[in-house]
Amino acid sequence: MRSLRDTSPLHMVIVGHVDHGKSTLIGRLLHDSGSLADGKKEEIEKICHARGVPFEWSYLLDAFQAERNQAVTIDATHLHFHSAKRRYVIIDAPGHREFLKNMMSGAGHADMALLVIDGAEGLQEQTRRHMVMLSFLGIKNVMVIINKMDRIDYSPAIFHDLSKQVNDMIVTRGLVPLGVIPAVAHAGDMLVHRGNNMDWYMGQTLIEALDQVPVQKSNDKHPARFVVQDIYRMGGVRYLAGRAEGQPIKIGDQLIFQPGGETSCVQEIKVWPDQNILTSAQNGQSVTIALEDRIFVERGYVGAPVQDAPPLRDHVRLSLLWLSDKPLRVGQTYLFRTGLSETPATVQAIERVIDTQTGQDQLDQVELVKNTAGQVVFTLRDPLPLDPFTGHVRLGRAVIEDNGDVVAAGLINLDGLLPVSQGTKNTSPHIYRVSHPVTHDMRFKKSGYRGSVFWLTGLSGAGKSTLAMAVERILFEKNYPVYVLDGDNVRHGLNADLGFSAVDRTENIRRVGEVAGLMADAGLIVVSAFISPFQADRDRARTAAQGRFHEIYIKADIGTCESRDPKGLYKKARAGNIADFTGIDSPYDIPLYPELTIDTQTQDIDTCVRQIFTYIEQHASAFPAPGYEKDL
Amino acid sequence: MSPYLAEQESKSIFIIREAYARVRKLAMLWSIGKDSTAMLWLVRKAFLGRVPFPLVLLDTGMEMDEVYAFRDRLVRDWQLPIINHLCPPLDQIDAKLPPATRSAMRKTEGLKTLLAQESYQGILCGIRRDEQGLRAKERVFSPRRSDGSWDYKDQPAELWDIYSTAYPDKGHVRVHPLLHWTELDIWEYTKAEKIPVCDLYFARGGQRYRSLGEKNITFPVNSDAQDIDAVIAELKQTRVAERAGRSMDQETEDSFEQLRTQGYM
Repeated sequence: MRSLRDTSPLHMVIVGHVDHGKSTLIGRLLHDSGSLADGKKEEIEKICHARGVPFEWSYLLDAFQAERNQAVTIDATHLHFHSAKRRYVIIDAPGHREFLKNMMSGAGHADMALLVIDGAEGLQEQTRRHMVMLSFLGIKNVMVIINKMDRIDYSPAIFHDLSKQVNDMIVTRGLVPLGVIPAVAHAGDMLVHRGNNMDWYMGQTLIEALDQVPVQKSNDKHPARFVVQDIYRMGGVRYLAGRAEGQPIKIGDQLIFQPGGETSCVQEIKVWPDQNILTSAQNGQSVTIALEDRIFVERGYVGAPVQDAPPLRDHVRLSLLWLSDKPLRVGQTYLFRTGLSETPATVQAIERVIDTQTGQDQLDQVELVKNTAGQVVFTLRDPLPLDPFTGHVRLGRAVIEDNGDVVAAGLINLDGLLPVSQGTKNTSPHIYRVSHPVTHDMRFKKSGYRGSVFWLTGLSGAGKSTLAMAVERILFEKNYPVYVLDGDNVRHGLNADLGFSAVDRTENIRRVGEVAGLMADAGLIVVSAFISPFQADRDRARTAAQGRFHEIYIKADIGTCESRDPKGLYKKARAGNIADFTGIDSPYDIPLYPELTIDTQTQDIDTCVRQIFTYIEQHASAFPAPGYEKDL
Repeated sequence: MSPYLAEQESKSIFIIREAYARVRKLAMLWSIGKDSTAMLWLVRKAFLGRVPFPLVLLDTGMEMDEVYAFRDRLVRDWQLPIINHLCPPLDQIDAKLPPATRSAMRKTEGLKTLLAQESYQGILCGIRRDEQGLRAKERVFSPRRSDGSWDYKDQPAELWDIYSTAYPDKGHVRVHPLLHWTELDIWEYTKAEKIPVCDLYFARGGQRYRSLGEKNITFPVNSDAQDIDAVIAELKQTRVAERAGRSMDQETEDSFEQLRTQGYM
């Protein structure tokens, strides 16, 4: 028994068409392997009796009354059981098409899948769909049960014919067939016991076959990664909390932390209680580490050996399953999340659309609709260090969120995509960039301040200028090299030639964005206060600042701003004296993914100023005050 | 510790740290039972011995005396930031409910008043999938509506360990760091880490408590397991369900379902 409990259980997801007997098979398997609690069977008998229905194994898993009433599994269930040889976690996923997201939530962790097929019905819609889904979740190993053999008179001929069909389908989807077993789940034939009805079958029972499937080993041979989850501070020491992936991380290892790109050596690996001294962190282990140098690192950063670090990527390809009612189209922007990092991502190309039932490419499709699969290339707003699924299993998985909802899950595939190359912004063919011998990084190391742009955007009267000036004052007192670029001031000089038409506004912001970018490159902390109503313009300013751009949304609704009206502009605009006034007769694009949102409607000025100051200090100073790290 | 338990531990620490990093105002429910005490241990592991958010006991005044004594000892020895939150009295709870369900509902209501007072956005809760069929269908991060209820028919997708901590307006997110543990895992981990547990778990006079709840609705099971090794040996053999001694699970077919969908743990 001892060894049985020392190793990880095999996680197995049960898939198959609705009514092909998944839940019955699980109930029977639990019962026959002696894993059911006493009284559980009687409890189900009682429920069935009260409902006037014959004994129903699936009631064991369908725990909700609604599930039993409608005889469908609504959400995935996890069950523990063991054979004589090893332990298992069974994941029972609903078969209904509309429940794909629940099934995926259940199936994600599985080492293998058990596909249940009704011998009388053969391969059905969901049988096929689930196979495509497995391949998109990265679950390769599939074992098959041909169930309800009693309904086809235990016919070896039908069994062999179906076995061939299903094996072909599995191989076609790029999956690995682990064998096909004939069974009668409700009677228990060929699950744990052989039964008396299929003497012609010479292969293994289900439990014998399962006992031989290996637990999928995750990537402990791949290059080491340390994925930063949070930053703590205790006893004056800064600890990076995170998880080791791949080869062990050892004390003394030199790591480069991307996307920032600074390096330091691991000084200490700390766990609690203190007597548990660690000299290395193994694959999958959650630890805290201290570094020798105080480099810039935050949540989502990935530490890696310098010679084996994942390059930064601003393009990524996902093989994904689309779950949202709203189709995925080129040009749309979502939130891309992988490991512990996230960034807005815009759909650049839909390379393939795949019918999840047939697994065939749909050549005439230009969008991904709900429950279809596809291969999509995204442009990432902030470059991230990425590993493909074929390298690091855990780091090679990603989800796409839309407004906080998970709308897709997928695997990272970087084939043919180039990493970010430094400094190749294209201009005229006759203009050549001269490389500065003094780099931004050198300036940072020398001064202790990271030149950056903090871009305040919001309606007129939201509080941008007030906050910018107050924050500048504090930063100045603290010796930060800081400068505020203010909308009204710039229009007196640099942009005196521009009006307020859409074209002029865009040009106004383009120039300011370029100037801010140059000032940041020179090592200044730039705080800008412009309405900058269009997201496209703000995005261009972001590009100009080369990764040192922080969009800060100063949030207050139009009613609040109009009631403040510090410059009397709303009154004039309402009276028709100012045309194209943002919020009245000209639109404002609310930032989709700002780095920071400051609510000036419900918070007082001091609170807002403190929030902005703290954020700037965290991101622009080599020595932020304590508080940047969480004091434990 | 076996490699398997080490793996379970790392997964839980990851979840706890994820909650702390992504949810602004967090608290943890501590029922003083073996599971939430193991969770408390994992919290201390995640934060280098500290507990950076309050521990909440939803107190009905009906816990057993040994439970209160154990609480007081641990609070003192470990210097725990505890909030002892009193639940509304029984006469304020729907009288149409079956008696044990009605008693258990006091905790649900107590949690609601706590959430209203403190506006927590995340609540750590030490439930496990293998305890009960409904808990087997839970997400690790499980959103609750403003009235605390669980919309089990439309749970968000949760892929791998890329967790979403979103919750509806004025609602909160339940965080379940022990979902993947079994009862036996908890005991083996408790033994390996020498985590203290309440004596009621060990047999006296041929009976012990397998699951601790309030005095009026929790009953001991027959057992001779007088220490932790004996408990582990017993669990490897037993076919009695863990919550067999908890009346509220068994009153009607859906009594526990009613409790859970309305916000019970």
